[in-house]
Amino acid sequence: MIGTVVVDYGIGNVFSVCNALRAIGSEAELTGNLAAIRNADRVILPGVGAFARAMDALHGKGISDALRDFVATERPFLGICIGMQVLMDRSSEFGETEGLGFVPGSVERIASQSPSGQHLRVPHIGWAPLVPSQGTDDGWNGTALEGAEDAGDAVYFVHSYHCRPADPAQRIAHVNYDGLEVTAAIRRDNITGLQFHPERSGRAGQKILERFLAT
Amino acid sequence: MNRRLIARLDVKMEHLIKGIHLEGWRKVGDPKARARLYYEQGADELLYMDVVASLYGRNNLSGIVREVASEVFIPITVGGGIRSIEAVREMLSVGADKVAVNTAATQDPDILRAISDTYGSQATVLSIEAKKLTTGGWEAMTDNGRNHSGRDAVAWAVEGQKLGAGELLVTSIDQDGTGRGMDQALIAAIAREVDIPVIASGGVGNPRHVVDVLKNPDVSAVAVARDLHLEKHTLADFRDACLAAGIDTRRVEREMAA
Repeated sequence: MIGTVVVDYGIGNVFSVCNALRAIGSEAELTGNLAAIRNADRVILPGVGAFARAMDALHGKGISDALRDFVATERPFLGICIGMQVLMDRSSEFGETEGLGFVPGSVERIASQSPSGQHLRVPHIGWAPLVPSQGTDDGWNGTALEGAEDAGDAVYFVHSYHCRPADPAQRIAHVNYDGLEVTAAIRRDNITGLQFHPERSGRAGQKILERFLAT
Repeated sequence: MNRRLIARLDVKMEHLIKGIHLEGWRKVGDPKARARLYYEQGADELLYMDVVASLYGRNNLSGIVREVASEVFIPITVGGGIRSIEAVREMLSVGADKVAVNTAATQDPDILRAISDTYGSQATVLSIEAKKLTTGGWEAMTDNGRNHSGRDAVAWAVEGQKLGAGELLVTSIDQDGTGRGMDQALIAAIAREVDIPVIASGGVGNPRHVVDVLKNPDVSAVAVARDLHLEKHTLADFRDACLAAGIDTRRVEREMAA
């Protein structure tokens, strides 16, 4: 066992995640080594940019298989932003691209209009407070978001696509984007996905990372 | 949707500077210490601009960004002298979340497409520095307002969105550094024509100016420089003024604001 691994697969902001972990007193190993991923206590999959490019990088380096093996161990797994979106079955970004399929459902572009008819600018950029989604009967107890509701903390989003889990109960948090519910967090067994950037969400984001490390 | 209050830090070599109409710079502090201060005050983002980078064809901010990104946990945008995918990669690898491009994009618009294809439109900010024309409308200027691009600022904004920009930073050269309020007509003319978020920049001299521009629901964010650097107001002053005017901004965590 080698502690927390942040997966390095050449897709953006890995240093930001490591910086945030260091700030809360946790040293993570930044690596794309397949054995390290398989044997980690916890795995964090960050990433920004395009879905297809992220999937290519994961497949090309054999990381997708290592992640599959890791997830099967039932040890805690956290995907952030694109690292969350690739957990789904597929994405409609630039045509259909297949994802890792760890969480049933799809990744779809944020609508340009809310159900109430408001014009929505995409990308969705900014700070928004997390809202518990339908199906989270016991709230966020035992999840990385535990306690975030009471604090009313806002976290930082920057994205054009969002996850649509097939099972609504697997969406545990959303934000209200001028009337549209945008998926903020998903959870299936040992897998957590966050659309926002906890590493860029000030103290509120650090608290979420701390709770993930404590799971 | 919460509107964003962004601290803009213009940097020349290792100094935080501030000019008027993007010229006549004077040193107003240390860009790293100020970043920490604005983070603690509850800035929603930081925007670093290397004001001499275009002149030398190279951005010198990577050292500053690398250090700040390890201590400041909010998004950081870096602009000035970003001319290639390689320069973008370097900035993102030291901890920047987005890059802002102006001069290079006016000369080779395809760079916007290249950046957004590689790093996503959410990391691709088109910076438009606009100057009012006596004949009406605004022209997009380059190299910190020194050179003419010959492009209409509004048309360029629309084209930039088509090319893959995920956000627009719109700076009024006429208002920059004056503290006399923002060019609301410019910001509104651009924001109504695009479907991506627009950051208004240039001219904030008091919280009222921020409220005035954010009353337009099309404006997503405001960048403030001079007023913060000269310590005339704090981010809390801007936030409080917005909340009092019914404009949603982020609720800042108590332990940070304390």
